[in-house]
Amino acid sequence: MDLRFTDQELAFRDEVRRFMQTSLPDGIRRKMVEGRHVSKDDLVAWQRILNAKGWAAPHWPVKWGGTDWSPVQQYIFIEEMQQTPAPQPLPFGINMVGPVIIAFGNEAQKRHFLPRILNLDDWWCQGFSEPGAGSDLAALKTTARRDGDHYVVNGQKTWTTTAQYADFIFCLVRTDPAAKKQSGISFLLIDMKTPGITVRPIQTIDGGHEVNEVFFDDVRVPVDNRVGEENRGWDYAKFLLGNERTGIARVGVSKERIRRLKALAQRERRGEVALIDDARFRAKIAEVEIELKALEMTQLRVVAAERNRTDNRPDPKSSILKIRGSEIQQAITELLLELVGPFALPYQPDYLDDLRVNEPPIGPEWSPAVAPGYFNYRKTSIYGGSNEIQKNIIAKAILGF
Amino acid sequence: MDFELSDEQRLLKETVERLLVNRYQFEQRNTYQASPPGFSLDLWRQYSELGLLGLPFAERFGGFGGGAVETMIVAEGFGRALALEPFLATVVLGGGLLRHGGREEQCAALLPKLVEGRLLLAFAHSERQSRYDLFDVATTARREGAAFVLNGAKSLVLHGEQADMLLVSARSAGDRRDQQGITVFLVNATAPGVARRGYQTVDGQRAAEIVLNNVTVDADAVVGKVDAGLGLIERVVDEAIAALCAEAVGAMAAMHEATIEYLKTRRQFGVPIGSFQVLQHRSVDMLVALEQARSMALLATMMVEDQSPSERHRSIAAAKVQIGRSGKLVGQQAIQLHGGIGMTMEYKVGHYFKRVTAIDTTFGDADHHLAEVGRLGGLIDPA
Repeated sequence: MDLRFTDQELAFRDEVRRFMQTSLPDGIRRKMVEGRHVSKDDLVAWQRILNAKGWAAPHWPVKWGGTDWSPVQQYIFIEEMQQTPAPQPLPFGINMVGPVIIAFGNEAQKRHFLPRILNLDDWWCQGFSEPGAGSDLAALKTTARRDGDHYVVNGQKTWTTTAQYADFIFCLVRTDPAAKKQSGISFLLIDMKTPGITVRPIQTIDGGHEVNEVFFDDVRVPVDNRVGEENRGWDYAKFLLGNERTGIARVGVSKERIRRLKALAQRERRGEVALIDDARFRAKIAEVEIELKALEMTQLRVVAAERNRTDNRPDPKSSILKIRGSEIQQAITELLLELVGPFALPYQPDYLDDLRVNEPPIGPEWSPAVAPGYFNYRKTSIYGGSNEIQKNIIAKAILGF
Repeated sequence: MDFELSDEQRLLKETVERLLVNRYQFEQRNTYQASPPGFSLDLWRQYSELGLLGLPFAERFGGFGGGAVETMIVAEGFGRALALEPFLATVVLGGGLLRHGGREEQCAALLPKLVEGRLLLAFAHSERQSRYDLFDVATTARREGAAFVLNGAKSLVLHGEQADMLLVSARSAGDRRDQQGITVFLVNATAPGVARRGYQTVDGQRAAEIVLNNVTVDADAVVGKVDAGLGLIERVVDEAIAALCAEAVGAMAAMHEATIEYLKTRRQFGVPIGSFQVLQHRSVDMLVALEQARSMALLATMMVEDQSPSERHRSIAAAKVQIGRSGKLVGQQAIQLHGGIGMTMEYKVGHYFKRVTAIDTTFGDADHHLAEVGRLGGLIDPA
């Protein structure tokens, strides 16, 4: 039993760290530190830098542009990227649809889509949730009727993150309306430029625009764009949802946020005393740091155990990582809110999008991102399977209820 | 990075578990507790025969040269069994002070006896006023020629009543709350001037109040350096905390298992109560708290031998916070989910709850160690 990384792992960490520090454009790094919005162009630029290095999707098979890194190396890579802080590469391509195409797609789909995902030539979004199908995803109603060598898709998807930028959407659609819930679902890849698709923005409580509704009105999709077999889409969706194991806890993100929080708490004063020296505030930070350390150790235990796993099923302990990871991220946004104090009040969204760079914001220059960040991060315990759903998974898969 | 036990460690774990499953059923524990000295001397001999008492000590003293992982394995097993024997007091605390601070001839005279199960030790350190401050020592050690004369009162001495030898901290210089000026002495527990009053603690263990009235010891009774004993004490207490963390994890795991089992068998409204989602989620909350505690107990085990005392203490303090918090949640919910039966003295789960409660208040509770982590600047450096 040994906590330390091996010498090779430490050398690998230094290599990744050096690359991140020298390769991430400074403007993007600054936006990340300050909690401002990272633009589409920023994400594309960063993804192409990673791709040029061969690190766009390290968890993919080497044959399709991945690496042969161990689970520990993959963990180190994500951790270093998060701590830089560099933007998380768009998950819909490399973490979601990419692995599904690799596992279940045909040769033509692999050759066409996979390189374009690596280079972010295609911006992907995810068409799973519907107004009547959230946690109960299998209740989805969007239909795809076969018409020659096309499907005709009708229905509505929602909570579609960055659909406004997307070139493609991967969708769960009902191809057999007579079949029982989970059966009768297929997995389609749909070009967003196809006639009949309408994207309507949803503004979230922080004032931002990340998610959308997507409407399908007689949208014709070539049968060639179906992944795998007809009516087997639910299996592929389960594979996709269980796929993200490493990084789900976002420990690196939280570490970087705590560093930032502590640096700001050295500057902000109440009277003569910096808030970092206020016993109560300091204890609150320490509490989160301890929870985060425990989470990091739990994550390392899961990563280490992955070495010994022979099946490809997700470790249900990932659900523990999701629950605690989201709660800790939220707790940090609360502490930042507490730290900025009265200057949480001014609503200054323009500063998050670089629209007004000529005059300083009201309050400390870091204040415009704080309250929106707090409001926005309530999403972390809802998306990717709400924390209550994660508890159902643990109750069933680990505790045997 | 590796969380696997070695083959020898796995064997040790199986040995401990097998012995305790056979010899530490809840009813057996009640018998041990009810008869003097409040634990099983027979089992203590068996621990010795199995080599458990010699684990951390060098081979030349009859030990096995094991490390913190071996101690963790035993402590976790003890936590599962709610074992009453003075492993912490004798092997971890007393043995630790000798191991890290004792001179070669002190170790040679005492450790082989300890390993053979013929010597019980206790660490007489905390006092009425000291709470969790290890440096707060009022007991005095006055020099008289080559000897020292000890005067003062020690409180909450774990297994102090049964010990053959006491390791007593006393102030040989400076004021009550000075970091410098503390010395550790070996004192025969039956020496003239030593008065002991033993009692049971809320979790069924034993402790003692000890009064030292002009107790004279020779200079060769000093363990470690004169006036500079605090570093030794802090190191050994950190090791004791790491062991307590593992013990608490064993107790929490046992409580959680008992709770899950109960939820699956207890029927109300015509169904097992574990079919209710509110109870399933509560038991998941317990599991999350348990896993976070297990992670921090592992961290404590792996950091307790760190070269840097401040890095060591930072991790140990953080682990103790987590253990305190998790222990409270798991313990309280174990009682709640069992309902009335959880409240009864005749059912085991309440005894686990009492043990984790006692562990929280031993060598600093969650709030104390949270302040320690804060004082040391937290776990992550600012940007």
